[in-house]
Amino acid sequence: MRRPVAITGLGLASSQGEGRDAHAALLKGVAPVLEEARFAPYPVHPLAPLPFDKAIPRREFRQMETWQRLGVYAAGLAIDDAGLRDRVAGMDLIVAAGGGERDTALDEQILALRPEEAARHRMLMDGLRPTLFLAQLSNLLAGSISITHNVAGSSRTLLGEEIAGAEAVRILAARIAAGSSDLGLVGGAFVAERWDQLLLYAMGGAMHQGPWAPLPERQGIAFGSAAAFLTLEPLATAAAPLAILSHIATDQGGAQTRPARLASLLAGVPERRPGCLVISTATGAAAPTRDELAALGAAPALFSADLIGHSVEAAFPAGLALGALAVAAGAPQVLVTGTGQWRGEAVALLETPS
Amino acid sequence: MRIAVTGIGLVTALGFGTGTNWAALTAGTSGIRHITRFDTTGMRATIAGCVDFPEDAGRNFTTAARVERLGQLAIAEALAQSGLAAPFGGPLAIGMPPVEIEWPQRLAFRAATYPELMEKAPAAAPLYEEFLFGGASTRLAERFGTTGVPQVVTTACASGGSAIQLAIEAIRRGETPKAIAAGADASLQPETLIRFGLLQALSTRNDPPEAASRPFTLSRDGFVMGDGAGALILETEEHARARGATILGYVLGAGEAADTFHRTRSTPDGAAIVRCMQRALDDAGLTPAEIGYINAHGTSTPENDKMEAQAVRMLFGETPPPISSTKSMIGHTLSAAGAIEAAICLLALRHQVLPPTINQDDVDEGLGLDTIPVARPHRFRAAISNSFGFGGQNVSVVLGAAD
Repeated sequence: MRRPVAITGLGLASSQGEGRDAHAALLKGVAPVLEEARFAPYPVHPLAPLPFDKAIPRREFRQMETWQRLGVYAAGLAIDDAGLRDRVAGMDLIVAAGGGERDTALDEQILALRPEEAARHRMLMDGLRPTLFLAQLSNLLAGSISITHNVAGSSRTLLGEEIAGAEAVRILAARIAAGSSDLGLVGGAFVAERWDQLLLYAMGGAMHQGPWAPLPERQGIAFGSAAAFLTLEPLATAAAPLAILSHIATDQGGAQTRPARLASLLAGVPERRPGCLVISTATGAAAPTRDELAALGAAPALFSADLIGHSVEAAFPAGLALGALAVAAGAPQVLVTGTGQWRGEAVALLETPS
Repeated sequence: MRIAVTGIGLVTALGFGTGTNWAALTAGTSGIRHITRFDTTGMRATIAGCVDFPEDAGRNFTTAARVERLGQLAIAEALAQSGLAAPFGGPLAIGMPPVEIEWPQRLAFRAATYPELMEKAPAAAPLYEEFLFGGASTRLAERFGTTGVPQVVTTACASGGSAIQLAIEAIRRGETPKAIAAGADASLQPETLIRFGLLQALSTRNDPPEAASRPFTLSRDGFVMGDGAGALILETEEHARARGATILGYVLGAGEAADTFHRTRSTPDGAAIVRCMQRALDDAGLTPAEIGYINAHGTSTPENDKMEAQAVRMLFGETPPPISSTKSMIGHTLSAAGAIEAAICLLALRHQVLPPTINQDDVDEGLGLDTIPVARPHRFRAAISNSFGFGGQNVSVVLGAAD
């Protein structure tokens, strides 16, 4: 059995605000929202103020930090956008996750004092808030979505930076196409305004330094806080399909053979019709971005990173959400591409449901 | 379509390899010991199921590096037994914990603040590749020549079960005739031990360590962390037979159910756990009466064991099949537990012997379970392995004997 799969709802939250309208407006091109001082020389796209405390019950809100709150909030937007509140009990969930916040103030106390081993452990035992572990654990973004929104089908969390976001969508779409799931929610969240998060990527040496510039004009990543969730259903039973996810494929291997894998993935995309819009979720990291653009041949119409910054696990789902909005606005087809900052490549094709 | 198991790999605190592990498990040996790889002064829990390596002498072998090493050992053993070799040519699904830079590495930058760390960071590319969430899995994928994106799954203590589920789904969908399903965990580093301790999840019965993990007893007081890895080579039965491979057993089915009740506790009526086991049985096409052994999640926490016992009796009736928690010997290997315990079920089916729950000197009779205090022969064709995670992520896997 191979059932067509539809995107039926989307939840987007970013530096540009929240929801369909705020993000559909970006498709015409828009100036980025930037924070260039706080993490200088690294510019980031800061999260817009969002009413997390109104959408998340206080008891749950207190168990989370911003990363989980953002993801839970965007997942709720997607469920509402699709009108699926009454079907959450049977909804399958796949989250592509990073990790939650550390207590960076405590970290800096330890860094400054440099205590010997046992004294360091004592500072952690005395200083760490017990529930912070639950806010930090990767799978507890999915856990918090289940608890807050009563999503009670299955729950899975994938790790692995950008490609985990694409692979999560691929797996859910494959399950729906094969008939082993009838309804799913998939996506991820990323908070750029975190020293502990930026430190990992700074170690990779692939972050853009200095004043922000559009992606084709720089050699590096500009991160942005964003979350993107999609609801997927079989087209045949979707009440109001936004777009058909007619193709999604992923691959991974060494950097040397990346151009060949990208070419192969693009060759596997069904025929592109005239007017097919191309949205690239390229990270901005120099070598993978160069390979992706070379494989595409012509420059893409949009770089999602130029609209909302690069959001790692959320980047490919966000590209698909923007693509679904483009289909809703009249594009006959949208090709979404992505290449991880270190590993992984993905392509997807969206089409109009009519 | 039946999915055959043609290779099994195991590394736990009981030793390296399935042979060593099976002998120790059936002898009722404990692998729990005092932690020596870091200073536990002042900590509430000072014991674990440790798998130590020569690098531990230098005190900077990280969770990320140890997970990779453990995964490599288990996969290599499973692959060799299956008669296959790298490049494997099918996908890898593996349960793994989230990892991050640890204190020895963080302090080595000699920076007092995060901005100072950031200034020094761009020269640290090897650390970047070590601590990326996709780092260890990618190195395993490239070492063993698996195809596509390595599926790194974290559903806390259910991760190994989720990995088996991802692999069998890919095979059933026809994406591949073969896959590696694995789990590897080495979360035992100071900060993680402290964090689990702050949640009051760990046993503090530090002396003697061997008696601390005591599932289903009146005096159980928490779980004991353990390092380990398990790996299974899965193939369609046709694929295995066509190449003349020895079939060691079958993965008959898997089921999962999310619980919306609480981050660290199950729904009090056990409904989500019952639903999880029922879905696994349905997927396997078996009735409860056809299950001859349950490998429990059995963490040795007061709450889990009570809930699990209640759910088992709800599904299997008042005389459920014999049930043991092998965590009594190897500790709770977290992301690896589902893969390790599925492997143990397959070994039990193959030997027709049930591994025990040790430390059963004050059994909680109220649970109403036969907890197998010593290993014993048993005629059975199918077993179920339970894994229940923080965050309400529950997975059960049904294993079957070779014909």
